[in-house]
Amino acid sequence: MLIVLIALFAVALVAPLIFRRLGRSAFYVLAAVPAAAFSWLIITFDQYTVEGQNLLEGQPNAPPSIVIQWIPGLTLELAFRMDALAAILSLLILGIGALVLFYCARYFKQDEPNIGPFGAQLLAFAGAMFGLVTANDMILLFIFWELTTVLSYLLIGYSRHRLAARRAALQALIVTTFGGLTMLVGMIMLGQTTGTYRISDIMAQSESLLSNGLVIDVAIGLILVGALTKSALVPFHFWLPGAMAAPTPVSAYLHAAAMVKAGIYLVARFAPGFADAASWTPMVMTLGLATMLVGGWRALRQHDLKLILAYGTVSQLGFLVMVVGLGGPGGALAGLGLLVAHGLFKATLFLVVGIIDHQAGTRDIRKLAGIRRTAPALAVIATVAAASMAGLPPLLGFVAKESVFEAFVHQAEVDPTPIGTILLVGIVAGSALTFAYSARFVWAGFACKGNEATPFKRVEKSFLFAPALLTVFTVGLGLWPAPLDSIIQPYVTLFEADGEESYLALWHGFTPALLLSVVTIAVGVLLFWFRATVELTQSKVPSVVDAERGYKYTIGTLDDVAVWITGRTQRGSLAFYLFVILTTAIITPLTAIVFFDAPVPDRWHYADSPAQVVAGVVIILGALAALRATKRFMAVLMVGVTGYGMALIFALQGAPDLALTQMLVETIVLVAFVLALRSLPARLWHREPGRYRLLRAVLGISFGLVMAAIAMSSMASRVASPVSLAYPTLAYDDGGGENIVNVILVDIRAWDTYGEISVLAIAATGIASLIFIRGRGDTRQRAEGVQSGTVDRGQEPIAEFGREAAALDLAKKFSSVSRDAWLVAGRTLAPERRSIIFEVITRLLFHSIIIFSVYLLLAGHNLPGGGFAGGLLAGLALTVRYLAGGRFELAEASPVSAGFLLGTGLATASLTAVVPVFLGGQILQSAILEFALPVFGDVKFVTSTIFDIGVYLVVVGLVLDVLRSLGSEIDERSEGGAGSGELDDMRAQQRQHTESGEGVAQ
Amino acid sequence: MSVNITLLVVMAALFAAGIYLLLERSLTRVLLGLILLANGANILLLSTGGRAGVAPLYSEDIPAGDYSDPLPQALILTSIVISFAVTSFMLGIIYRSWVLGRRDEVQDDMEDRRVASQGSFDAEDDGDVPEETTEFTPLEEAEEAPGSQNAGIIDLPADPKEPR
Repeated sequence: MLIVLIALFAVALVAPLIFRRLGRSAFYVLAAVPAAAFSWLIITFDQYTVEGQNLLEGQPNAPPSIVIQWIPGLTLELAFRMDALAAILSLLILGIGALVLFYCARYFKQDEPNIGPFGAQLLAFAGAMFGLVTANDMILLFIFWELTTVLSYLLIGYSRHRLAARRAALQALIVTTFGGLTMLVGMIMLGQTTGTYRISDIMAQSESLLSNGLVIDVAIGLILVGALTKSALVPFHFWLPGAMAAPTPVSAYLHAAAMVKAGIYLVARFAPGFADAASWTPMVMTLGLATMLVGGWRALRQHDLKLILAYGTVSQLGFLVMVVGLGGPGGALAGLGLLVAHGLFKATLFLVVGIIDHQAGTRDIRKLAGIRRTAPALAVIATVAAASMAGLPPLLGFVAKESVFEAFVHQAEVDPTPIGTILLVGIVAGSALTFAYSARFVWAGFACKGNEATPFKRVEKSFLFAPALLTVFTVGLGLWPAPLDSIIQPYVTLFEADGEESYLALWHGFTPALLLSVVTIAVGVLLFWFRATVELTQSKVPSVVDAERGYKYTIGTLDDVAVWITGRTQRGSLAFYLFVILTTAIITPLTAIVFFDAPVPDRWHYADSPAQVVAGVVIILGALAALRATKRFMAVLMVGVTGYGMALIFALQGAPDLALTQMLVETIVLVAFVLALRSLPARLWHREPGRYRLLRAVLGISFGLVMAAIAMSSMASRVASPVSLAYPTLAYDDGGGENIVNVILVDIRAWDTYGEISVLAIAATGIASLIFIRGRGDTRQRAEGVQSGTVDRGQEPIAEFGREAAALDLAKKFSSVSRDAWLVAGRTLAPERRSIIFEVITRLLFHSIIIFSVYLLLAGHNLPGGGFAGGLLAGLALTVRYLAGGRFELAEASPVSAGFLLGTGLATASLTAVVPVFLGGQILQSAILEFALPVFGDVKFVTSTIFDIGVYLVVVGLVLDVLRSLGSEIDERSEGGAGSGELDDMRAQQRQHTESGEGVAQ
Repeated sequence: MSVNITLLVVMAALFAAGIYLLLERSLTRVLLGLILLANGANILLLSTGGRAGVAPLYSEDIPAGDYSDPLPQALILTSIVISFAVTSFMLGIIYRSWVLGRRDEVQDDMEDRRVASQGSFDAEDDGDVPEETTEFTPLEEAEEAPGSQNAGIIDLPADPKEPR
């Protein structure tokens, strides 16, 4: 069972490769797979028709089954079971699948585009259907069910250049997915009520389940909705005629033999246990009968041969659902008999239509004529198949229809209400319509009709093979139905016997069923005889309810609503979005606080120290000044004031690490701001001053107050002692460090830090790519080739006389002195840019700062410091170098690129995370090593320090990227010196924008 | 636990000022607003640590409750450095926006406005389909060549809501 399933999907996977080698002949290879599986199924058939069809897995005499645990926690399992019902369906799926694939090899052109994926999809579809009928778990069944839906979407939409195909594919997808999801809900309800999703278990408990009443009725109703959509029953029938946009072999397989039978299969699967559910009979019988009549009636009006068949299929599917859903042994036997008969004749007829279309170039019955003469063999095959559809002896269609009539006659006798009789009459009427459209099909396709014969190419024998073989079965099983009867009987035993022994046979004697057959044929002949009148009447009677229009209306309304909602919510204004988000962020917690009695703090104090109040006042003043500032850098500076105030508060609170880090960050951020914003105008723009100002103020203040309220109530809610009380000893004993904050960062919560440095690396790369645009710009520029005094020259005018001019003269003299400069690349800077004092101080301080940063890194485990502070300090040292000596000085100061630093840092951190796993520990576990070194004496080394080195490297890389991008690169751009091609692009863009701006202004 | 009023007030002020700036159109001010918000969040974290205490540097004589709570400190440290990275990134964006558009302002998305004003008619979904009775039309006669999106739509009725 599993091997078949895997083989079907595996060959489907490699199918495109086979097609590339063999062209359309690859279809023969593909056909061999289901053909082999079919033979295997025939050989082993005895196993599936054993007596105990309803027995659970593992019991003797139960049908073979496989259970593989999948997700035990969710009771999901790969459960398969091949009982008689599954085996009969599999015969149909594999047999017709093989023949259709065989037929495809002649149907498609040798150079047909996309033929490889098409073949793969068709074969995979066979696999999905096989999985669907053998699945013994409802969720698994649902997965295969949706798989067939998706594959049918791809197959219907095969001619993707046709609008009709695309739209039909989408329509089928939407309708069947809707049904599939509804079915899933029903299955979950059923599964949760039962406590198992195993279908055989559920069927075994069906009687006790039915006593649950409403839940089960609703669940079964929802599952039936799935069956209805898949099998194209009213009111979902419209997708099936639409799906005729698919290539004809696909229609033959999906829309006649296999996929639409999935709904019938589902009904047949649940009928033995749940036919007595309250929702069952009304849905199955009413909709089934309606579908049968609507489909038959509409089929009489079509002019496209394929559409005649499509509406005929709709009609037959309604018929099948009624018979299979009848819920007695008679119905079960007749239903499966009809299922097989329908699969055989309808597939044949579709294949015949495909040949007609292929040879004549049209399917329009008003153009076709005389094919009976030009292709006699084809005409014979089609006539036999159509006769089987019409229910003429001695064909399988007749045998099946006889037993259907028998079952419904029996039902009408047993049923005290008139419903049984009404159903019987309906079925006879539907069968008469079936006879009429079958006759119409044969007449329309093959009769001479007095016209000139349509040009028709000769049909190859291999093209005709598949429909011919199917017809042989139609005739053979009609004359000798015993084998079919014997394989269906085991399924029939699932139903309670009702005293009437039924079996499939060509001749039952003179029974009421035979009489009904005669009536059917007589009425059918009349309908066909007066076909012109019938067609005319149809065009006069307006269709009261058009399901397809209903579908279009639904989808159209959905589109309108979607556009309306999108238009109202996606306004394209960031301020609008923020306004909505913030209002929600204010109102939601406020509601919670007001309505759910948020706790109010019982203890409070004004401040921890007077200094804290001072720092707080400084921060608030800084924030207010930032609000009022109209100059760009004034605002930046004021925000900086709040930052330094924060550092003060941290220091007072007993958080030296934070104070240190905050100071360093604040300094570097200030530099970055100046570097990035120097080319922007000094004044902050006020395009619409005052607009929405009040609203913003209200929003801001309420947000601040709500946050304060949240903070208060959350602090008042605390009942347990903080987890961090355990951290000091934890940090010292296990982490081997005295600086608790640092141990938290590199050991206790190292995962957080690991995530953080990843973010840092991403942000650094982001900055570099925003400025450099192409790549990270990691190639290093050396100062060697640069002429002295050329960099950053003449940016602003200097008066000829006065202090500045004198300073410039001095600087020029200084730069021409031929002795070692203080900085490596200081000479490259334009004389008016240089500051000797700055250069000297930089020279003196740089190495000290770097060494101190390394000290901070290494000592950080025990004293304030650590990777972050150390990295930032090293970054600050680089900043000083850049400010003193320009971009070439920065390049000289950083012998490795920023990208390299980031990469090495991340790699170091990752290695420290992973290595412990290989040594038998946990990820990110640290170890304490104590050893003696000659000079340092006893050394206690904790491995988490290596992690901290990674952090250090990443932070240095980040700062370097900021300096390189916002500093060096922007310098180079604004200088307009030796520019690369990319630079010219930029400048051209710039010019364009300025010009257009000027144009607008004029 | 005892609530520190000073920290609470400072936090509320930072949040209020941050939101006010965030709703501005000038990108620089938006960024400054973000920084203030981050500072406010840091104060919030800090105040959850309780009263000021001894710096969390381990010593055997100090009972665990006397330290300033180290956990919020670790979180704040992370937050400071992340804010630095985000600020730098935003600075890159501001510079870029200035270079490309000479604008230091948040722009409205015109595409969104256009979507809001259009009808729901879509030729792919709502156009009329010609009746086809064969699959074997030569490709040239087929309604559109594969891959082209617009060829077939020209014949279809135009959107009635659109004046053009």
